[in-house]
Amino acid sequence: MPAVSKGDGMRGLAVFISDIRNCKSKEAEIKRINKELANIRSKFKGDKALDGYSKKKYVCKLLFIFLLGHDIDFGHMEAVNLLSSNKYTEKQIGYLFISVLVNSNSELIRLINNAIKNDLSSRNPTFMCLALHCIANVGSREMAEAFAGEIPRILVAGDTMDSVKQSAALCLLRLYKTSPDLVLMGEWTSRVVHLLNDQHMGVVTAAISLITCLSQKNPDEFKTCVSLAVSRLSRIVSSASTDLQDYTYYFVPAPWLSCKLLRLLQCYPPPEDGAVKGRLVECLETILNKAQEPPKSKKVQHSNAKNAILFEAISLIIHYDSEPNLLVRACNQLGQFLQHRETNLRYLALESMCTLASSEFSHEAVKTHIETVINALKTERDVSVRQRAADLLYAMCDRSNAKQIVAEMLSYLETADYSIREEMVLKVAILAEKYAVDYSWYVDTILNLIRIAGDYVSEEVWYRVIQIVINRDDVQGYAAKTVFEALQAPACHENMVKVGGYILGEFGNLIAGDPRSSPLVQFNLLHSKFHLCSVPTRALLLSAYIKFINLFPETKSTIQEVLRSDSQIRNSDVELQQRAVEYLKLSSIASTDVLATVLEEMPPFPERESSILAKLKKKKGPGAVSVNELEEGKREAGELNGGGERGGDSSAISTPSPSADLLGLRAGHPVTAAAPSAGSLLVDVFSETGFIHYGRLMLLIFLRTHERTITKPVPFLAVPACLSASHTLLSLALRFVCKNNGVLFENQLLQIGIKSEYRQNLGRIYLFYGNKTSVQFVTFTTTLNVQSKPVEPLIEGGAQVQQVINIECLTDFSDAPLLNIKFRYGGALQNLTLKLPVTINKFFQPTEMASHDFFQRWKQLSQPQQEAQKIFKASHAMDTEVLKAKLLGLGMALLENVDPNPENFVCAGVIQSKAQQVGSLLRLEPNAQAQMYRLTVRSSKDTVSKRLCELLAEQF
Amino acid sequence: MQFMLLFSRQGKLRLQKWYAPLSDTQKKKISREVIQMVLARKPKMCSFLEWRDLKIVYKRYASLYFCCAVEDQENELITLEIIHRYVELLDKYFGSVCELDIIFNFEKAYYILDEFILGGEAQETSKKNVLKAIEQADMLQEEAETPRSVLEEIGLT
Repeated sequence: MPAVSKGDGMRGLAVFISDIRNCKSKEAEIKRINKELANIRSKFKGDKALDGYSKKKYVCKLLFIFLLGHDIDFGHMEAVNLLSSNKYTEKQIGYLFISVLVNSNSELIRLINNAIKNDLSSRNPTFMCLALHCIANVGSREMAEAFAGEIPRILVAGDTMDSVKQSAALCLLRLYKTSPDLVLMGEWTSRVVHLLNDQHMGVVTAAISLITCLSQKNPDEFKTCVSLAVSRLSRIVSSASTDLQDYTYYFVPAPWLSCKLLRLLQCYPPPEDGAVKGRLVECLETILNKAQEPPKSKKVQHSNAKNAILFEAISLIIHYDSEPNLLVRACNQLGQFLQHRETNLRYLALESMCTLASSEFSHEAVKTHIETVINALKTERDVSVRQRAADLLYAMCDRSNAKQIVAEMLSYLETADYSIREEMVLKVAILAEKYAVDYSWYVDTILNLIRIAGDYVSEEVWYRVIQIVINRDDVQGYAAKTVFEALQAPACHENMVKVGGYILGEFGNLIAGDPRSSPLVQFNLLHSKFHLCSVPTRALLLSAYIKFINLFPETKSTIQEVLRSDSQIRNSDVELQQRAVEYLKLSSIASTDVLATVLEEMPPFPERESSILAKLKKKKGPGAVSVNELEEGKREAGELNGGGERGGDSSAISTPSPSADLLGLRAGHPVTAAAPSAGSLLVDVFSETGFIHYGRLMLLIFLRTHERTITKPVPFLAVPACLSASHTLLSLALRFVCKNNGVLFENQLLQIGIKSEYRQNLGRIYLFYGNKTSVQFVTFTTTLNVQSKPVEPLIEGGAQVQQVINIECLTDFSDAPLLNIKFRYGGALQNLTLKLPVTINKFFQPTEMASHDFFQRWKQLSQPQQEAQKIFKASHAMDTEVLKAKLLGLGMALLENVDPNPENFVCAGVIQSKAQQVGSLLRLEPNAQAQMYRLTVRSSKDTVSKRLCELLAEQF
Repeated sequence: MQFMLLFSRQGKLRLQKWYAPLSDTQKKKISREVIQMVLARKPKMCSFLEWRDLKIVYKRYASLYFCCAVEDQENELITLEIIHRYVELLDKYFGSVCELDIIFNFEKAYYILDEFILGGEAQETSKKNVLKAIEQADMLQEEAETPRSVLEEIGLT
């Protein structure tokens, strides 16, 4: 073996590296580097042609500087020149520089491709390998276009050297990953599959990675690989440790190849051919048997290699999920590892057992290890191992052990790492609900959860306990008693106060018979917490108080006194002050009957709202979570997002309706409108968004816990675009009511810009789809529920394509057109739906008119349905100029000197649609003191007034 | 495999190999994040970490950390041995390798890695075959050597 002779290296480079290492400060280093860069630049620019050696040395220095983390903006051309040198070392440095520094959209790619082409056809295996390595390292689309046809030929040609075949196989794999559409195996398929039979183990090792990837995408075309893989595996597994010579690693025959073979088999169902299946089962048994044999070496490499194969075999057994005997053996083997002294093995055993727990054949066997796992949760020193233990407990939980597991998780929570508390809380909440036999246990558990980890209990969790208590009358008395007791603690978490306030407000009467929890005692207890709480909780407590007045008339005077006190009725917080005023008024003027109706007990929540949990509960139960189920969960969440209507019009009074007119109430209308008041009371506890988020969060934790069971590959650093898109869709579209250009949507992959212009009833929208990644998007399609010209199906990394949409407004409308975008990014399908920001106001023609005309028309539009009005809180600063700009952006004419009050704004315009013209007038009255607006819109068509009012209310 | 990083105990990056298309800024951000995370681990902890959608597998050899990021379905233990085999290759080539060898001969470290792993997958797991390929290249290199000027010999250009 040649020791590295320093002489063969580049002395100037070594000196430079030493200099850098001797720099005492970052500044000194930068100075030295700048000096060197100046030197190299002058050499490259100099008149004297540089010889190959100098060029190599300078290019290498540049590479070193780049790898230190500095930017390099020259030298690329010199590196490309080196590629065509016939001296190997120069060529090699050239290729290294290109591999590290050239990104896919460099203009140099053509020159580079030329050099590669020459080397590939040189028939010199060393040069060919260099060229193939470069393609594999850069892997750009241009390279795929140039070489995807040639490389399969090299791969299967009879006279290709083994080492070149190896590089060709992996080179092709890389190109397939970046540009699957360009790599067509077609006629080569069967010859590539037969590389599994190649005599050279290295060729098989390289080829199998390619075959596995291709099989995942086209399982049918490659299915002949199954029997070949089984026989290859069988030969390796049954070989003696010395048979494979240099492919034996610490006495383990071909561990890498074995793992890859087992992985390949996981792309397919169990073999149908009985003989092949028998042989495979034999292999798996041998692997399990070997795990029991005494180790052939004490080295960790030996046990790692051996166990790597074992874990991969177990994955295959779990994937098949059809051999009870093997599943149970696998479980026992993992059970041994649970107590192994190697942390790595304990970690992996916990992880692998998680998937075993979901098989009906091994679920019971996994459960036998409960004590060990609980112990791991308590004693492991590494938080990532404890996390795995918690995951496994969650996965093995069923009705039989739920109480034990939940109790253990609760007690672990007291000391758990902050990083995993929130997830633990959700898991406990899910398990408690999923396996609750009696609901008093469930209530206890959630209250304990709040007591122990109140900060980590999200709204969703305490909303849920309230939903359940409301829906189940057998637990209401118990819940009231328990929260009452919990509130006795001198310091209790604010979330406990919220739950306590809500439950006592609803069901305090169930425990009021006991003198120890008489109405006044309950009230005093709640009120003792009041001053320590935040505004939202105080608001909730005030609502609870008004409910008390209804439940217990004897508390009325005490509570009225509290409401009347300066700290309430003059509270600096508008919300609290308003509640105090309104509730006080309500309690004094409403008759008992009215009060009883308004403050009636909450009706049961439709079961549909907890659908994800309900789903979980209905399913097979014991930790059986499959991909299927996950998808159902997703669909369910979608449903919640989309149509989350409460459907409670029958009981407008006590059903919280998302459209309850809180604002009208807040604007200080007389409290005679009792119904909305009840609306406000309930909405603040259960807002519509509350349970939508709940669904999302449950989905999130669900995904996190079970992502291991999903076999499809997860793209590197990709975002689940579909989730984030639907989430922000609405608010994004609203941003464009008063403007026409901007960024419509953006996530980590894609940016969509929009430019639009409107004239009369016609509009034109330009959409710009920008690819933010360096990988191209393929099969890019957009569909609109109106006509559009098709868009380019392919977007290069970093590139942008444009789409034009022509729009004609036929009649007035309120729903914006939906744009659905689909494309593939690195193999994963991305799907998102956006609302195009086309709103009715875009078709306004401004109309100028004098004060007299304005008021005359205003009076003409005096039918009640022609007017829409909204009173709302300012969500932005009330700056006159900004307001003007927004109103102009709306498309109407802003009329000066019309309204007698100069603070107010009035506008006029005509909406142009094909069917008709709709004249509209608008008046916006800001109240700077109250930070409120009153917006009034009158138009000749009632739907237009309503829609404009809705749109605009979101803009200020 | 998505990437491999070699870094010192002080967090200095000594070698970086990326098998997924990422921008330079992304690479820098990821390196910083991963290095920080791994350096914060205590000695007896397990060698695997969940990070974003990936698994980080790392091992420390003397003053150097070797760290790989692999896809979720990838086998952790075999990745650990990928690292070990690479260390063995470096060791055999340089003759009991140390951090300095990798600093001063970084290009060799890259060549050896390319012979062993290509496109993120093991290309040749036989130690003998990998070293044979490198050796052949070195032979070509020596044939190609040409005499150099005196100034060059003392490293002044």
